Amino acid sequence: MWDEATLSMLLWGIVETLYMTIVSTLCAYIIGLPIGILLVTSAKDGIRPCNPLFKTLDVIVNLTRSIPFIILMIAIIPLTRFVVGTSLGSTATIVPLTLSAAPFIARLVESSIKEVDVGVIEAAQSMGASYMQIIWKVMLLEARSSLIVGCAIATTTILGYSAMAGIAGGGGLGTIAINYGLYRWEGGMMFIAVVLMVLIVQVFQGIGMKIAGLSDKRK
Amino acid sequence: MSKTIIQISSLSKTFQTKDAEVHALSDINLSIEEGDIYGIIGMSGAGKSTLVRCINMLEKPTGGTVLFDGRDLLSLSDKELREARRSMGMIFQQFNLLMQRTSEGNICFPLELAGTTKSEAKKRATELLELVGLSDKAKAYPSQLSGGQKQRIAIARALATSPKVLLCDEATSALDPTTTASILSLLKDINQRLGITIIIITHEMSVIERICNRVAIIDESKIAEVGAVKDIFSKPQTAAAQKLVYPEGKRIEKFSSKRCMRIVFDGNSSFEPVVANMVLECKAPVNIMYADTKNIDGKAFGQMVVQLPEDEALAQKMFTYVRARGLSAEEVSGYVG
Repeated sequence: MWDEATLSMLLWGIVETLYMTIVSTLCAYIIGLPIGILLVTSAKDGIRPCNPLFKTLDVIVNLTRSIPFIILMIAIIPLTRFVVGTSLGSTATIVPLTLSAAPFIARLVESSIKEVDVGVIEAAQSMGASYMQIIWKVMLLEARSSLIVGCAIATTTILGYSAMAGIAGGGGLGTIAINYGLYRWEGGMMFIAVVLMVLIVQVFQGIGMKIAGLSDKRK
Repeated sequence: MSKTIIQISSLSKTFQTKDAEVHALSDINLSIEEGDIYGIIGMSGAGKSTLVRCINMLEKPTGGTVLFDGRDLLSLSDKELREARRSMGMIFQQFNLLMQRTSEGNICFPLELAGTTKSEAKKRATELLELVGLSDKAKAYPSQLSGGQKQRIAIARALATSPKVLLCDEATSALDPTTTASILSLLKDINQRLGITIIIITHEMSVIERICNRVAIIDESKIAEVGAVKDIFSKPQTAAAQKLVYPEGKRIEKFSSKRCMRIVFDGNSSFEPVVANMVLECKAPVNIMYADTKNIDGKAFGQMVVQLPEDEALAQKMFTYVRARGLSAEEVSGYVG
C-alpha cells in the first residue's frame, strides 16, 4: 500500500487541496470583504445609510448562501468552463468555491465589524475622519482579531467544500477519499485522506487563533 | 471683551420614530464666548448629549443655526465640515479610545487623519503625553490603563489638532470622585494655559460648580436658565435649576416650620470655620441640617443648611455675618409650598 505512487498521489492531493483552499479563500475575500463592509456602512445605523444598497446586498447574500454548494457547482459549470476552460480539476473547482464562499465571508466580515464600539467610530467622526478613513483605520483595524478568526473559519469551511467537490472531479484529498472510499470500497485510503484533511484544518485553525490572539491588544 | 466662538440660535432637533415625533431639542439659544468653561447640565433624557452632538454636527439639527467661529456649520460641505471638526476636540463618557492602538498611537490618530507626517505626529504626542502627565504610558494599550488614565489619553488625543473648543460629553461620569477631581483640574489647567474654550455636559452640579464659569440648565428639551455659575448656584430661579442645586435634589421640606439659612460656598472664601465662628460671634446655637462642602485648593466649595434661632434680630445678624464673609446666604423655609 505504501508504494511510491500512493505516496506521491497523497502528496499531490495535499498540494491540490491547499491550492484550492488558499486561492479560493483569497478570491472569496476579494468579493466578500467589500460586500461585508458595505453591509455595515449602508445599514440604517451605519456611517452612510443607504437602504436600497443595503437591501440589495442583503438579498443577494441570503440567496446565494442558501444554494447548497454541490448544486451551485453543477449549476455554474458553463461559467466555470468560460473562466478556466474546463469544469474538471482543482483550478476549475476554485470558481464555484469562490462564489459560494464570498457571501458567507461577507456575513463574517459584517459581524466582525459590527463588534467595533460605535463610540469609537463616533470619536473618529468627531475628529474629522472621512468615510474611507473610518473603514480602513477604525473598522478594519479595530476588528482585526475578529476578522482573523473569521478568516480561519472561512478557510476551514472552504477546505470542507473543496472535499465535497471531489464528487464531481474536483481534485485534491476529497477526490482521493471519494474515489477510494465510495467507488472502490477501500476504507484504508479514504481514512488516510480524511485524517490528512483533519490535520490541515487543525493547522489552519490553530494558526488563525494564534495570530488573532497575538494581534488583540484588548487584554 | 472676548468674542463669541459658538453661537447657537433657535436650534431644534426632532427624531422621527415609527409612530411619533420626538423633540429632543427645541428653540435652543446659547452664546459661548472664547475662553469660557461652559457647563450644560440637565437630568438624563433632557437632551444635553444631543445638544453637544449638534455643536459638531454628529447629529444634524432639524432647525436653527450653529455658528462656529463665525461660520454656519450647517452650510458646510462634508469636506469643510471635517476640517471644521478638527478645530473641535471631543471627549466622551466611555473614553472611546482605539483599543488596538497604544496611547501614543491614539494621540497620533487625529493627526494621521489630518495628514500630518509620522515624525511630527510623534513629536506632538510626546508633548501632549507630558501635558496630561502620562509620559511613561506612551507604549501602553488602553486595556492596561485605569479609567482616569484613559480619559487623560482621550483629552490628549482631542487636543492633538490644537482645537479651539473642547467638547466634553459626561467626561467624568464613569470616574470615581477623586479621579473626577483630577480630570476637572486638568481641564481647568488646559483652559487657562492653552486658552481653549471648554463645553461640559454633565448631570452633576458638583462638576459645574467646580470649574465652570457659565452654565445653561436644560430641562425637557429647552433651556430653562442660563447665567454665571455663582448666580445660578446661589439664586436658582426656575424649578429645574432648584432641583439640581438643592441638596439631594429636594427642597428642604422636613423643617418647614423653622427658619433655615442656606449658605453657599463658591470658592470666594478661604476654608475657615464660618459656622463655628458665627455661633461664637452671635452667641446662639444653630442646628446644621445639611452640609456638603469640600476643600479645593484651600477654598471652600459646596453648601450648608442651618436652622436659625427663632429670634428675628439674631437670625438677621447671622445672615449679615455670613454675607460679610463673602458667602451668599438665603432663607429657604419660604420655598416650601
